[in-house]
Amino acid sequence: MAVITPAEPQRKRLAEVTPANLRRRYLRDRMMVGILVLATLAVLIPLLIIVWYVVSNGFQAVLEPTFWTSDLGSPARALRGTDTGLGHTILGTLVVDGIALLIAVPIGIGAGIMLSEYPDHPLNPSLRILNDTLNGMPAILKGLLAFALIVKPMGTFSGLSGGVALAFVMLPIVARATEGVLRIIPWSIREAGLALGLPRWRVVLNTVLPAAKVGVVTGVLIAFARAAGEAAPLLFTAFGNNFFSSTPLRYVFGPVDTLPARLYSLAISPYREWHAMGWGAGVVLLMFVIVTFVVSRIATRQRHQADM
Amino acid sequence: MDRAAASAIIRAPTKPIYRRLGDAWFQTIVVGLGITIMLLAVVLAWVLLSDGWEPLRIFGFFGFLTGTTWDPVRNDYGTWPFIVGTLITSVVALALSFFPALGVAIFSAEYAPRWLASIIDTIVDLLAAIPSVVVGIWGIFVLVPFMQNNVYLPVYFWTFENAPQLLPVVGPPAGYNLVTATIVLALMIVPYTTALARDAIRLVPRSQREAARALGATRWEVMRMAVIPYARGGIVAGAILSFGRAIGETMAVAMLVGNSNTLPFTFFGPAATMPSVIVNEFREAVENLHLASLMTVGFYLFLISLVVNLIAAWMQRRFAVAGRSI
Repeated sequence: MAVITPAEPQRKRLAEVTPANLRRRYLRDRMMVGILVLATLAVLIPLLIIVWYVVSNGFQAVLEPTFWTSDLGSPARALRGTDTGLGHTILGTLVVDGIALLIAVPIGIGAGIMLSEYPDHPLNPSLRILNDTLNGMPAILKGLLAFALIVKPMGTFSGLSGGVALAFVMLPIVARATEGVLRIIPWSIREAGLALGLPRWRVVLNTVLPAAKVGVVTGVLIAFARAAGEAAPLLFTAFGNNFFSSTPLRYVFGPVDTLPARLYSLAISPYREWHAMGWGAGVVLLMFVIVTFVVSRIATRQRHQADM
Repeated sequence: MDRAAASAIIRAPTKPIYRRLGDAWFQTIVVGLGITIMLLAVVLAWVLLSDGWEPLRIFGFFGFLTGTTWDPVRNDYGTWPFIVGTLITSVVALALSFFPALGVAIFSAEYAPRWLASIIDTIVDLLAAIPSVVVGIWGIFVLVPFMQNNVYLPVYFWTFENAPQLLPVVGPPAGYNLVTATIVLALMIVPYTTALARDAIRLVPRSQREAARALGATRWEVMRMAVIPYARGGIVAGAILSFGRAIGETMAVAMLVGNSNTLPFTFFGPAATMPSVIVNEFREAVENLHLASLMTVGFYLFLISLVVNLIAAWMQRRFAVAGRSI
């Protein structure tokens, strides 16, 4: 255990207890409280301002029913005031995020089980390093990877490749979170299962995982909130689309629209009407992320209360 | 698991074959899934390198790294302008955000009453989840006009009249520039740095604080002498991780940095970063060499992120106290 002793000048400062010295120290103490409060306000207020601007600018667009039911079409629709909206975008987002979940959840949880339930496995140290490496890589590189692995061989941009790109974003987070929650399940629970004659895999599936269920779900939700807001990897995988796809399969195997990517193209477009819809897309995206976040928060809090 | 199911499992005849085969299968599947993740990390590096091989062959590893022209028309590529843009924005953003973030972390971990601390923590974690594009649209329609009218134009005109020799440094007052991108980047990494610093401070044992208090230290002196030195490694490692986040931050920067591929960058003139050039040009790249060069930029981005992450991991291990990683 590292023992940290005050440096020499600090020790001297504590040793001299004269009234003047004390007054100076108390003054500095109170000044620091002020500075810390100011720092907190300086950090939180600008970020809350961002949230406020998005909501106040976007809520009008969201209140239009056509925003949810219609597809975007050409800019002429917005300029002429005919039906236009982001229905196809929201549908596409659900498809792409669903594919991402389908891929990332089993693989991530599996890798988490490997790390926590087989702690002596010789591959574990390298898995941990490579998982952290993958986690630290910018999302845009994961988009390039999905482009090279899926889009190039298929010859077309697709919802599938977008889902795979987002799965690459989620995977390392899910794996790490799963390992973390499985680790805190006491070994006595596993031993109880083994003592009853259960084979190891049933112990993992029927006692460890159910006991850690809430934690695993929380980890998945956090990973999901992170991936759902990513636009960069989707721009050259899911690509974008101005219309509803003609068949359901086209959402998976053809180019689809997603909220973050559409928000980007609306924001940099030259049309005022599209800017308004961009703010609307921002509101939907923000709500999507916040709801996911709040659900995971509530789940964690319940787990803490159950522990106590 | 309810009791009936449990007893059913237990009473089921457990043939050795079922036990051994089941375990073998399960371990194979789980290890296979683990290996999938390992392969992904390796394949990521390999894909970027192999798809970006052509520019490396033509310009050389260091030639491409230090090349200052990026000209798709003449098919001449070098990544130096983007590395400069990435490093300037990330370093300044970290410098701007580090002390405020540390302040929030200290305030929430040590000073605030519990109810206030939990509110601050929730808000910080929530803000860390704001998507990059959402910050970007705010930047385009709120921050840029505001900065243009209140900072860029006044400063530009002041320099024009009083110190014209500085004009090449200040640059034309385009709203989309390095300064805007850096401010937004700082805002985006603040919650991340805060959360990591807060966790490091929370891990400092109580006895450490009590000892300092027993010596007669004031609250701030407890922080300075006992808490911050102990949590130093975790705080610095967190800052480095945030720096890595800033390097890879794509959308908000791409929307606000102005996208100019030519050095020298000026304060108020357009610039570019490595992720921003990939996002902006990848979909429009028609020349094979252009596409490959963007992949190569991705490869350099991979290398930089890798180094930054390894340093952060090393710091965390190096300063781990009593077997606990901070």
